[in-house]
Amino acid sequence: MRILGISGSARRDSHNTKLLRAAAEALPAGVELVEWEGLTALPIFDEDLEAEQPAAVADLLDAIAAADAVLISTPEYNHSIPGGLKNALDWASRPYETNPLRNKPALVIGASTGLFGAVWAQAETRKVLATTGARVLDTEFPVGLADDAFAEHGGLADPDAHERLTEALAELHQARELVAA
Amino acid sequence: MSTATTPFTGTYTVDPVHSSFGFAVRYQGVSVFKGTLAEVDAKLADGKLEGVAQVESISIKSPAQFRAHVLSAEFFDASSHPQVKFVSENIELGDDGTAKVDGELTIKGITQPVSATGTYAAPAADAFGNTRGHLNLEAQVDRTQYDMNWNAPLPSGGKALANEVTLIVELSLVAEA
Repeated sequence: MRILGISGSARRDSHNTKLLRAAAEALPAGVELVEWEGLTALPIFDEDLEAEQPAAVADLLDAIAAADAVLISTPEYNHSIPGGLKNALDWASRPYETNPLRNKPALVIGASTGLFGAVWAQAETRKVLATTGARVLDTEFPVGLADDAFAEHGGLADPDAHERLTEALAELHQARELVAA
Repeated sequence: MSTATTPFTGTYTVDPVHSSFGFAVRYQGVSVFKGTLAEVDAKLADGKLEGVAQVESISIKSPAQFRAHVLSAEFFDASSHPQVKFVSENIELGDDGTAKVDGELTIKGITQPVSATGTYAAPAADAFGNTRGHLNLEAQVDRTQYDMNWNAPLPSGGKALANEVTLIVELSLVAEA
């Protein structure tokens, strides 16, 4: 099984990219996580551009289509989903009937430097994913106080948090099994 | 239980290095956030305890946005109310080492009665030639009574931040020579 990991942050030292890498250390056996790194290459969603099939968009759609499930790690800007991530999901949702997110199991996690771990952005990302037709899990995984949340080697510093992330990823794995059955 | 501050006769001032004004508040339903105001000044004299803590000395240093929010008018309003104050003339120190302190706590310019309980250690000679005693107190307050009303509904239900806050005050008190 292959999970496509999408970080909603463009920043080089992004906590959410670190969280994706922490997830890579918490996967069930036989599951691989592939990071998609094309967020900043995407043009702003524009129906006029759709006919031209920009390469960056095709890359996103292909990456989702090639994956068995999607894992999104989102920061939170002004209590909401970052514009870049929303833009990527808007592209990925087209066309509605056949978009690659349809029936794709999806899990949303998130990190923020404040107390609440992007919990509102996660909720809005789940809402958007559900609208695209993805099979988004209700599970939330907020990592607050992200400046101190990661160990030096890169994983989550708190063993309980690592355990919960492991459980959430196992849930995503099960969701994929159900879709595939 | 005796009802006096007898073990602490005379005047005691706080040792700021070994004293703190702490708080703990539940967030996201299950987690507890703890912090302190490190800069504390207090005096116990003739049965009256007076303490002041500097809001700017709060342990939340980073991220800047978090610190700014806590110091803003949604919480401490530190620029208008730089200090938290506590005054009590009602200190009961029991023979069993328990302490009960009823007083008035001022945060953000609002004064409310507060009842704290805890333990004390009677003054005794310390390793540095001082006479030192300890007072460790806990109290529950409702932050909304101090006009600290910020909150937000969680997507999973409930509120982001509890109204109940536990205050944990540790005072190391040194007798004035």
